[in-house]
Amino acid sequence: MKMLYFAWFRQRIGQGEEDIDLPADVSTVGELITWLQGRGPGYAAALDDLSVVRVAVNQEFSSLSDPVANSDEVALFPPVTGGTEPGTGR
Amino acid sequence: MIKVQHEDFDTGQELAALTDGRTDIGGVASFIGLVREMADDRQLSAMTLEHYPGMTEKMLGEVEAEARKRWPLDDCLIIHRYGRLEPGERIVMVAAASAHRKAALEACAFLIDWLKTKAPFWKLEESGDDDPEGGQWVRSKSSDDDAAARWSADPDDKNQGS
Repeated sequence: MKMLYFAWFRQRIGQGEEDIDLPADVSTVGELITWLQGRGPGYAAALDDLSVVRVAVNQEFSSLSDPVANSDEVALFPPVTGGTEPGTGR
Repeated sequence: MIKVQHEDFDTGQELAALTDGRTDIGGVASFIGLVREMADDRQLSAMTLEHYPGMTEKMLGEVEAEARKRWPLDDCLIIHRYGRLEPGERIVMVAAASAHRKAALEACAFLIDWLKTKAPFWKLEESGDDDPEGGQWVRSKSSDDDAAARWSADPDDKNQGS
């Protein structure tokens, strides 16, 4: 499975893209995130607050209960902030 | 038309291109977003826009398609830049052309409100202060969600939390 990470998720995980072999017991977005959290402190730090984790499966916004498969492209990122006008900094 | 690019654009040329040779268009409404120097109480030296190539174009295309479904538009333009931009630089331009001004004005406001909550862009603000991440990532604002929501809820919207 192709994984993509953006913004501060990319910084904390330490890479923007990686190929992973999906474990047999991971079949949903939620299970994928739980599995990723266990891969190291960077992953745990990036994905600790699920309220700011957004997911796209094959470039479509998806929910924790949506299915994932090894052939998918899955992106994890914080809520989007396009357009203009600076927001509230962290 | 959707354009996602690092380079700047000429707003006059873009608007002229929308209407050149057309006699059916009654009006064009446009919005241009710029990098503002002040973010809350901090002074920005620059901001870097990161995006998700591929999904960005796809989501902006969906925003354009939704605008065309809701209003009788003759043409529609979304230009969004990415990369490092300094205060005063253009970030985004949207324009809507229609036979009547009401459709053009409403569609223009819709385009900018919806793209803010749907297009996968993230902003890293540099203010010159020491920061381990090279700047501060902009958090999405509930006021953006409110602005998008006034165009009626999108049942498929999963950027607003699961």
